Amino acid sequence: MIEVHHLTKRYGPKVVLRRLDLRVEKGEFVALLGPNGAGKTTLLRILASLSKPTLGEVWIAGYRLRDQAAWVRRRLGVVSHQPLLYGDLSAEENLRFYARLYGLENAETRIREVLTLVGLWARRRDLVRTFSRGMQQRLAIGRAILHDPEVLLLDEPHTGLDQEACDMLDQLLRQVAARGRTVVMTSHDLARAADLASRFDVLSGGHIQASVRREDLAGDALLTFYRQALGSENATEGTGEVHL
Amino acid sequence: MKATGAVSFWQATLAVLWKDLAAEWRSRELLSAMLVFALLVIFIFNFALELQTQLRAGLSAGILWVTLIFAGTLGLNRSLAVEKDRGCLDGLLLAPVDRAAIYAGKALANWVFMLIVAAIMLPLFGIFYNASLVLPGVVLVVLLGAEGYVAVGTLLASMAVQARTRDILLPILLFPVVIPVVVAAVKATGGYLQALPLEEIRPWLNLLGVYDVIFTSVAFMVFDSILEE
Repeated sequence: MIEVHHLTKRYGPKVVLRRLDLRVEKGEFVALLGPNGAGKTTLLRILASLSKPTLGEVWIAGYRLRDQAAWVRRRLGVVSHQPLLYGDLSAEENLRFYARLYGLENAETRIREVLTLVGLWARRRDLVRTFSRGMQQRLAIGRAILHDPEVLLLDEPHTGLDQEACDMLDQLLRQVAARGRTVVMTSHDLARAADLASRFDVLSGGHIQASVRREDLAGDALLTFYRQALGSENATEGTGEVHL
Repeated sequence: MKATGAVSFWQATLAVLWKDLAAEWRSRELLSAMLVFALLVIFIFNFALELQTQLRAGLSAGILWVTLIFAGTLGLNRSLAVEKDRGCLDGLLLAPVDRAAIYAGKALANWVFMLIVAAIMLPLFGIFYNASLVLPGVVLVVLLGAEGYVAVGTLLASMAVQARTRDILLPILLFPVVIPVVVAAVKATGGYLQALPLEEIRPWLNLLGVYDVIFTSVAFMVFDSILEE
């Protein structure tokens, strides 16, 4: 579903991503882990077509991002640190606006479905600026899944949420993943990532240092795996073991 | 539910225009800031210059356009800052639409806001400057001048909004580029106020028209590149 080949991103002299390769299969839920400044957000912004790679190629759902970005965008849903919502519009109006931009058929039915799913149907006519951070983030998820995208990109979606809002968000993400959607989520929260994802990739030094599937990870070994991956330049991909 | 596929240029443009107008209808932040600023400028000029009635009428065109341009800059800054501050610009860029349609929607909304301010300012000038500006010719100049101004202004505001110093950067980038619009608009407005023959006003109207066509076309072509990281 997602293929990244030799991706390099430079900001002036600073190389953020260095010949990064990544392959995500359809239906996978990949947690992209890594320290601050590792390039997780940059990678997600490139996948979302919001930033151009310096070198390398990205294919999503069979479309090459470089010259078929509009086709890729139609298949993407993105949740970032910010809600991407207009405070002076109601929840319903925000979704209606995005429904028009995505050319949705039966938009009103879908808006009702999504608002019900994220638990905001009763507040649909309230202005978004009156919502709590948790409610805004739920609506942001609703905005991202409004057009039923094949791929969902989430950049630290739990940031700034309280426990209750985090749990609700997790429940939503599980529902999305259960529908066979491909999800890539950056996170600092290993416990939540461990709870949600089917695969864990550690990004450091501008490329994927290690990758492991949930079934290859014994018990609560994600923290150990993560620490070893950050300490290793020779991680073995896919085995759950990291060779130091 | 299904995405129908391609959203036409005009569907996307109208969606962005509707969104801007609806949000402004709720908040009234942008229009009220522009209007208060414009009123203050008129008021200050009125008392600072203390001109004789006849001289005052002769300066009306210049003061009108200085007021509109400065008030318009406030509106342009605010219009794009709203998109940037809550990440909504990314939301727009993620949509599978021609990005020129996003520009067109934003520019149309800014044009509407500027015309609303002008519609309120023109009668007020009659009171303060003893000159009736509500003339068909002046209205035409305002339509053309405001179009050229927001065409360039929306483009440069999209660029400036990426910078920390966006409030300062926009006027610095914008004012030199819109000098032809200001000069032509002031001359054409002055011509109509002095009831000059159309032959003397037409070159300025032509300049406004040509400027509008060229800069609107350029803006459509480069908007996508400006927003790329």
